[in-house]
Amino acid sequence: MSKLLANDEAIVTAVRQPSIGNSARAYTERVRGGDMGALPAVLGLVVLCTVFALLRPTFLTPVNFANLFTQGGQITVIAMGLVFVLLLGEIDLSAGFASGVCAAVLAVTLTDMGMPWYVSVLAAILTGVLIGLVLGVLVAKLGIPSFIVTLAGFLAFQGVLLVLLEEGTNISIRDETILAIANRNLTPMLGWGLFLVGVGGYAAVQVVRSLKRSRRGLVADPASLIAARVGTMAVIAGLAVYVLNLERSRNPGLVSLTGVPIVVPIVLALLVVWTFVLRRTAFGRHIYAVGGNAEASRRAGINVDRIKISAFVICSGIAAIGGIIAASRGASVDPNTGGSQVLLYAVGAAVIGGTSLFGGKGRVMDAVLGGAVIAVIDNGMGLMGYGSSVKYIVTGSVLLLAAGVDALARRRAAAAGLR
Amino acid sequence: MNPVLEVRGIDKSFGPVQVLHDVTFAAYRGEITALVGDNGAGKSTLVKCIGGIYPIDAGDYLFDGEQVHVGGPRDAGELGIEIVYQDLALCDNLDIVQNMFLGRERRSGLVLDEATMEEMAQQTLTSLSVRTVKSIRQQVSSLSGGQRQTVAIAKAVLWNSKVVILDEPTAALGVAQTAQVLELVRRLADKGLAVVLISHNMNDVFAVSDRIAALYLGRMAAQVKTADVTHAQVVELITSGRSGDLGLTNGVST
Repeated sequence: MSKLLANDEAIVTAVRQPSIGNSARAYTERVRGGDMGALPAVLGLVVLCTVFALLRPTFLTPVNFANLFTQGGQITVIAMGLVFVLLLGEIDLSAGFASGVCAAVLAVTLTDMGMPWYVSVLAAILTGVLIGLVLGVLVAKLGIPSFIVTLAGFLAFQGVLLVLLEEGTNISIRDETILAIANRNLTPMLGWGLFLVGVGGYAAVQVVRSLKRSRRGLVADPASLIAARVGTMAVIAGLAVYVLNLERSRNPGLVSLTGVPIVVPIVLALLVVWTFVLRRTAFGRHIYAVGGNAEASRRAGINVDRIKISAFVICSGIAAIGGIIAASRGASVDPNTGGSQVLLYAVGAAVIGGTSLFGGKGRVMDAVLGGAVIAVIDNGMGLMGYGSSVKYIVTGSVLLLAAGVDALARRRAAAAGLR
Repeated sequence: MNPVLEVRGIDKSFGPVQVLHDVTFAAYRGEITALVGDNGAGKSTLVKCIGGIYPIDAGDYLFDGEQVHVGGPRDAGELGIEIVYQDLALCDNLDIVQNMFLGRERRSGLVLDEATMEEMAQQTLTSLSVRTVKSIRQQVSSLSGGQRQTVAIAKAVLWNSKVVILDEPTAALGVAQTAQVLELVRRLADKGLAVVLISHNMNDVFAVSDRIAALYLGRMAAQVKTADVTHAQVVELITSGRSGDLGLTNGVST
């Protein structure tokens, strides 16, 4: 997953500095000034992976590597949605059970009513959108703190989930398409195709932007910097695809198990789409603006209420997709889908990735990086034989650590005049 | 000369408190009109009414001699009225270009047109002879007070605006920065804009303004040419609402 790091770092620095040296210098300055961005998540990922790999060699096997993606999928996707709400300085505590309710809608329409999978998926996402709309209106128009509104949602949706599942029955999912999301893989050829499209597309976007800017006489990235970024991304992504394409079945004679899990392209597509929305559209700009200074945004003629409502709609809508991934992975929906640690893991993922709880700072990429950290902790601790108790304690501590780093960085940045 | 912007007989109340009583005010092209008054005299309220932030309860709003209705900040912006607030209203987490175009981003299709915005921002800063900022892609949080003020003013003139209203632009600045900002304000008027300068500082007011409008307890005490009055007369207008023949009689404008 970290192959995308190069991608997003690039977006941050692209507009500023013309050479590799200057880029590196500007980045060091920002980190010193307290704007660490994705650094803690990347370092954490490296340290965690090294420790687990040394202690438990199984950690590095292709099977386990592939498991990381399916295990982290739901949390990462929900965290992506949370980034939008966190950017406004709000919180959505109900996203976990919202994803559960949407998964239940999927299961009921799919299994009980026998609808085709695309209708069920649409119904689940629409449910998410509706939930977001209600939460957003309550927060923006009535002015109830989002903490309270979504805490109420957290409780209420738990109940709704029980109602949909008729007081606790377990609805299994038998639709092949839905099951494929978390249980099937792309063919090795398709995996490499995805690699080519991803890296090629990234390179094309970078080169075209640089050419356009230099043609207009604006500061543009030099070829060397673009080459370095694209190269880094290609190496990491290529390595990931290569490993995932290795045979990981215990008994290759009976069943072959190779390829990139289907959940990966889904997460990547969401990443690209929502990064585009945040970075390249006026709507995305306004989300940052409202998170940075709501009053200034209001005076600039931005409809702050509408931005707030749409952030909640996006958050719950994406949570629905997270719910669908969870339903696929579990092959069923039960009263605990989207419950227990899912929400806190998702908030943790966004914050560990570098999204600020104070608003105005964060990227969709943060959710992916943070999601990777959470998945690695969860997976590695499991391999070490620790039970849920230790996992919860460690993950809680990591979340606290990330939030602490965020708060300290903010203080430091205030002192350095960076933020 | 006809004023670009004129309001007549403005009333504004917040609940039971009437903040503006029958206020008349005008701003002229190529001139700096200083709006002075004590704390609570209604300067900020008047400006927010002009900017469309607060709806007015009664009175006429004229722009270029035509009666207009301003229902929100966007309406005021479309007329060409820009307000630079005391608290600057900049987003710390965005850079200079992003702040200058906030709420009015240029796009090509669905995508933001960053290159055009950068060019226009650069041109505006150059036309105002601003050389103090290192890069226009700097985050606003890293700028000094004077630089922020400059960005806020540049943001206001970016839109071919006709009226720029500055709320206490020098209040938080040191001596050198104050001089720089006042020079910038003068340049705006010389470019043909109507500038309204809210200030507590009589030295600033007499240094740059062409006209002075004094508010007293929500009433317009007088609007006079700067050359026709003395320092002492303006202070009297501010503190008691009248000075000799000028100002209010028994709290009612003459």
